[in-house]
Amino acid sequence: MPVARLSHLALVTLACAASLVAATFADAAWLRQQRAGGMAQMRDLVEQLQLTDLCLFTEARYTRHLSQADLHSAFQDHPLGLEHFPTGSLVLPPTRLTASHERLDRETEVPD
Amino acid sequence: MIELKGIHKAFNTGRENEFHALNGIDLHLPTQRVTAFRGPSGSGKTTLLSIIGCLSRPTSGRVRLGERDISGLPERFLTHIRRQTFGFIFQQFNLIKGLSALENVMLPAYPLGGNWRALHERAESLLGDLRLAHRRAAAIEHLSGGEQQRVAIARALINDPQIIIADEPTANLDTGLAMEFMAILENLHAVGKTVILTSHDPLVVDATIVHQVIDMRDGRIVTPVPIAEGCA
Amino acid sequence: MNAWIEKQKYLIDFTLSSLARRKAKNLGLLLVYTLIVFLLASVMLFTHALRQAAAEVLVGAPEVILQRMVAGRHDLIPPGYLERIGRIRGVQHKEGRLWGYYYDPVVKANYTFMVPGNQDIAAGTLLVGAGMARARGLAVGNLISFRSYSGKLFSFTIARILPHDSELVSADLVLISEADFRSFFAIAPGYFTDIALSVANPLEVRNVAAKLSQQFPDSRPILREEILRTYESIFNWREGIVLALASLAILAFAIFAWEKASGLSADEKREIGILKAIGWETGDVLKMKFWEGALVSLAAFLIGYLAAYLHVFRFSSSLFAPVLKGWAVLYPRFELSPVIDGFQVATLFFFTVFPYAAATLVPIWRAAIADPDAVMRG
Repeated sequence: MPVARLSHLALVTLACAASLVAATFADAAWLRQQRAGGMAQMRDLVEQLQLTDLCLFTEARYTRHLSQADLHSAFQDHPLGLEHFPTGSLVLPPTRLTASHERLDRETEVPD
Repeated sequence: MIELKGIHKAFNTGRENEFHALNGIDLHLPTQRVTAFRGPSGSGKTTLLSIIGCLSRPTSGRVRLGERDISGLPERFLTHIRRQTFGFIFQQFNLIKGLSALENVMLPAYPLGGNWRALHERAESLLGDLRLAHRRAAAIEHLSGGEQQRVAIARALINDPQIIIADEPTANLDTGLAMEFMAILENLHAVGKTVILTSHDPLVVDATIVHQVIDMRDGRIVTPVPIAEGCA
Repeated sequence: MNAWIEKQKYLIDFTLSSLARRKAKNLGLLLVYTLIVFLLASVMLFTHALRQAAAEVLVGAPEVILQRMVAGRHDLIPPGYLERIGRIRGVQHKEGRLWGYYYDPVVKANYTFMVPGNQDIAAGTLLVGAGMARARGLAVGNLISFRSYSGKLFSFTIARILPHDSELVSADLVLISEADFRSFFAIAPGYFTDIALSVANPLEVRNVAAKLSQQFPDSRPILREEILRTYESIFNWREGIVLALASLAILAFAIFAWEKASGLSADEKREIGILKAIGWETGDVLKMKFWEGALVSLAAFLIGYLAAYLHVFRFSSSLFAPVLKGWAVLYPRFELSPVIDGFQVATLFFFTVFPYAAATLVPIWRAAIADPDAVMRG
């Protein structure tokens, strides 16, 4: 009796893995539905409490409220410099910051 | 029938170490005969064998296989002809380590893409004929020299070639195993195979089943080659 | 066609038998390779889903936040600002927000104290985020004391814990009544942390912002679209660094793979010679090697991607927690809603599978075109 062929074994395994990968898309759709409630709850909470940021990094105020960060407290160092707070190395300062900095540079709204 | 005309083979052409292995070989090898090339090492036996077996091409000269001139064919076609027509038994056996005896026997048939079950059975029956059925799953390096050679013979036969080419087949065998090899050779001849081999082993060249011995020296044939004696 | 398929299967048989000979080495290679795919795919899936979640959740954020700056620092909004905003046309609703940070020395965690604008919290009680409750081991009804920055000790009762499902926005929140907030942080009445505005006409938002910065030169408006853009680009640039590091890893792996393949051992070269001598074409040898590369890289991709999917969406990206946490103690536990970008997956597939297949194939070329009679002479 011939033994099982390696090629069949490998192709069947790969086919199984490939169908599992395909199944992740179905699983993703299912999970999305399952977690839709949580998402809605968060959206409500954001609206009610007038939240502005995701609670991803709690170690420093400029990473906790990333969008509220001011130009001077955080990111004062060169973008490639090592941050004091490790998570500060993970996120970049809001692009708006440099833009408003530009405004400070050029426009003088109040007479000197 | 194999016919060679004016075969020259040079290595490292145009370089300092240019070396002429064959210097004008004219030869006619009839089918269903056992032919042995005899000569000291460096006489060009192996080079000639590789040209006959389409493993390499002559620098100049023509090779005819049956009705076909094959000297000018590109490699692809030579490979096709080689695997349909020739079975090789190398001096070092040239089996692939780590694979089982059975896998080694099946290897030459892989590129043909035939039915696996049929191939499997055929390889097993060949190993059985050579009394190796019990060793079929063993890795090649765990086999003895004689067993390895029989695996190599089974491999040479897997595609059912017309011509068996053996390079110094008994060089790595003791007398008992060499005798055994000659017995196998006899069987091959009995089923109508053409056998071409090189050897300087008296046990081989003086054996009765060898129809023709051709002596070589310095890339030339030194014995007058008898014209085929009425063999088909 | 059948013969073609059968032939490919034979080539796969052979290449697998060959790989099986150096089991430990090749499994190690597959493991390292899978790990690289796993890391890349995890980062990819995680950041994509996070960006999507931010976009979905933060649409409810205030349209404009007005923040006052003093000497380059975020400062309190003094009394009177709120009234002056009322005179800007287009502003539908305005509200002073009260929030701030508190460092809890007990567990060395940072909390966000906040006064909810829409609900009244009884004095002396708190609503806390699930992450914070976990960090302090709190349950409803427990008593908790904080020493304020002025040195006074304040005690509160936990009235409610915010739902676990919303940890992504609320893990560290401590909701407190306005009176308690003001006395805890010693903020005089009339002062606010910042001002949240809603604008009736979305097209007017920019005009309102322009008017605000004109009227309050010491303040800066932060628009919702800017908040959304911040999170849209979160990780984009620094993720680039992560990717750069990952690509270094890939490069190292490529060199390793190349070395493995191009440093063809004498044995392997001899094997190729044997295969050619017994009737394999150059193309057969190359196809056999192609299958080796394809099988290994495909297996690594599929397993790596599957593991990454499970990691990110079924196990809450637990391996990333220490990275996202930094030095913080409090880390939100959240389950991302899975959004997979097919194009990203395809890109990952291309950049992981293709280079390896090429790396195994290219060096073999030279050996494969060698004369088949080499084995006779060797």
